[in-house]
Amino acid sequence: MTTTTAGIIAHGAYIPATRLPLALIHGAQAKAGGPEKAVAGFDEDAITMAVAAGSNCLGARAREGVDALYLATTSSPFREKQSAAFVAKALDLAPDAATVDFTGTLRAGAGALLAAVDAVQAGRARQVLVIASDARLPAPRSALEMHCGDAAAAFLIGTGDLQARVTASAAVNDEIYDVWRTEQDDYLRNWEDRFNVKHGYGASLPNAVRRLFERTGTDADDYARAVLYGPDARSLAGTARGLGFAREAVQDALFGRVGSCGAAFTPLLLCAALEQAAPGQRLLAAFYGDGAEALAIEVLASGAQPALGVEALLSRGRRLKSYDSYLKSRHLDPSEHDRRGGDGVPATVHWRERDDDISFHGQRCTACGTLHFPACRVCYTCHAKDSFEPERLSDRTGRVLSYSFDHFFPSPEPPLIVGMCEVDNGARVYVQMCEAEQGELRCDLPVEFVFRKIHDAGRRPNYFWKSRPLRAPGTGEGAA
Amino acid sequence: MSESIRDKVAVVGVGCCQFGENWHQGPEDMIVEAAYEAYADAGIDDPQARIDAVVCGAVYPSRGTAEVAESLKLFDRPVSLVQNYCATGTDAFRYGVAMVASGMHDTVLVVGFDKPKDRGVSGPSVHMNTARALPMTPAGWFSLCCARYFETFGAGREELAKIAVKNHQNGTLAPKSMLKKRITVEEALGGRMISWPFTLYDCAAQSDGAAAAIITRADLARGYRDDPVLVKGVSIALSPNPQTDPHFDFLAWKPTIAAAKDVYAQAGITDPMRQIDIAQVHDCFTMTELLTYEDLGFIEKGSAKEHIDSGTFALDGELPVNTDGGLKTFGHPTGATGVRMIYENVLQLQGRAGERQVKNATVALSHNLGGAPQTCGLAILGME
Repeated sequence: MTTTTAGIIAHGAYIPATRLPLALIHGAQAKAGGPEKAVAGFDEDAITMAVAAGSNCLGARAREGVDALYLATTSSPFREKQSAAFVAKALDLAPDAATVDFTGTLRAGAGALLAAVDAVQAGRARQVLVIASDARLPAPRSALEMHCGDAAAAFLIGTGDLQARVTASAAVNDEIYDVWRTEQDDYLRNWEDRFNVKHGYGASLPNAVRRLFERTGTDADDYARAVLYGPDARSLAGTARGLGFAREAVQDALFGRVGSCGAAFTPLLLCAALEQAAPGQRLLAAFYGDGAEALAIEVLASGAQPALGVEALLSRGRRLKSYDSYLKSRHLDPSEHDRRGGDGVPATVHWRERDDDISFHGQRCTACGTLHFPACRVCYTCHAKDSFEPERLSDRTGRVLSYSFDHFFPSPEPPLIVGMCEVDNGARVYVQMCEAEQGELRCDLPVEFVFRKIHDAGRRPNYFWKSRPLRAPGTGEGAA
Repeated sequence: MSESIRDKVAVVGVGCCQFGENWHQGPEDMIVEAAYEAYADAGIDDPQARIDAVVCGAVYPSRGTAEVAESLKLFDRPVSLVQNYCATGTDAFRYGVAMVASGMHDTVLVVGFDKPKDRGVSGPSVHMNTARALPMTPAGWFSLCCARYFETFGAGREELAKIAVKNHQNGTLAPKSMLKKRITVEEALGGRMISWPFTLYDCAAQSDGAAAAIITRADLARGYRDDPVLVKGVSIALSPNPQTDPHFDFLAWKPTIAAAKDVYAQAGITDPMRQIDIAQVHDCFTMTELLTYEDLGFIEKGSAKEHIDSGTFALDGELPVNTDGGLKTFGHPTGATGVRMIYENVLQLQGRAGERQVKNATVALSHNLGGAPQTCGLAILGME
């Protein structure tokens, strides 16, 4: 094994605020503190969640050093069209950043992470942003629906001031129909659970971990924490036990809080583990899907933690009150409004306005300093022509200038809260608000901005930014 | 100089069809009824010879200028279509006035109309061809001016409800209004929420309608009738979209302030509260009327609450506003509204407004506000 100089510089996760109490799935009453799972909100998908995790990971870091974005997901909104390029645009990465989708398997996160380490190690990229994001759709009221959840996690891979380093890896591949979805399937499909666990997950994941043990001459006791994939809590516990990991060494898999979040599962838990780990500790991260992959990770420094840690994200739940509201949020209920009809945003307009709408650039007049959004040619204030500098608004905060609650506009969660907001650099944006309660709205309420899907008109997702109340980490309990 | 328009042009005939859900009428029926009533009002029995040009105002005409020309069979002369958001009617009138004042034409027919009830929607249509700037609903745009105003000046939903009650009351006295139902403040407050703080009762009705005015040179006016009404001023102003304006304060609407400055200069108005006797203002939503009291300079900014409570703008108040019930009871067939206001002001100035007649009115203002809102049209009429 040669020593790698590439490693994890920063990390950041995202857990959607919407929570589905599991009791609701089978028509029971939700109990306070009962098991639940995180589900993408009606305006979220794998792309928006990837943007949220990427943004949490990058924080205020300069985008210029990021030479590539690798996106791991099995639930891209597109069968043909790259999601990574979309995410790169929303994160305002440089136009010459390479973008790759790693897709098709729950194990995609491992492939993306190792490819990023290799690219940096080989000198092909200074920094690579790796994001795993999944919002899979199990059939309503199916067994899978009890286990699946949605989340995303991001890692900035580079050299220099490292938090952690991948020291070794081992893989196995395995041909098995355990969970799959073809082009014809709207929902996830799976074979019988007992078969899947015995010959799929329960075979491949230990297999990969044991190979890693062999390669590195280690065993379970050498790892402070085992970050293991699991399709459900019981199978995960059994597998960990079989590998010799003590119960307290196994990273909490967040069943009953997040759920099995696809390609983001191990990456999300790895974020949580990195937040808790001490320098010098060794972590083992194992991914599963059509085989398995195990990584040995050495923690080097506690490093910079993201603005929102996993615990803070977990505390931001907004519980759905009924299964019906879940169906609405996934657009699985009939509606008088043809959600996918019309032309949507014309491709030409989307393309011309992507700096405004996707990268969320305002512009500052270089003559008088006035901020404009969207971009225009002549300054509102001093009337100077074409003398503007772009200024990214997405990672800034702002305040509500005025607001209203629109009961007329179709929304899965009426009324739609509308906010005229002023960004802290002076730009003004007219946006929908999300994850807010009517009762908390007031003029001058502090807000932040999040990338969301506005609708699916034209049979494709149409995205823009929304604002939401700025909350201190660790607050924000509410009901959706 | 814009003052030069004053007293050069006269209104000699007005007409207005019954406003409402006119399922049985197409645009042609409503245009014919409004125009022929205006012909009769002006004593014109040979419109083919008397009407030199036509200005149409409509926001969604299905056939453009032909909609009016074909309905009235007025061909082989200038027919133009004006469109300026919800101020379309007033702007069509302004174009007609400018044509006559310039000497280009002697007598012009102005026709405003719209037929929303052929579009199959009970409210505004829902746009999905953009992702930014949604939701795109008029109630949503106009309601953005409420929260900040309420927090700053202490007015609230109760004051809005009182405006709706007043206009509903006035509408019962106007034969051509659509809604003829008195309501209480409690009913208004308890209505279905459309866009907070607007309930159904804070929103203008949706209706079909057409209105017409015949204007001519002031020196020719007495050839039509003995009591011609003179145009004292007419103006339109477009201001930045409040959603993108870097300087908007969400307490007042700029286009009204800009257009008022211009039209008051034309008409020689320096003290609008005293010099103007009645006003028809654009109550697309109750808050629009509230802000307009202040933006037109009738009262101090922030003082609307006390004037609403004291009845300043009631039919028997100091300055009656929306004497016919306004958009609240007539509905708002976009292109028709501004011309319908001219119709009401002419009737009031000539003492022909029946039960809702305001005594001794000699100067009357009409006001349209349109867009997000961005555009304001104003017209001031007066007796000689």
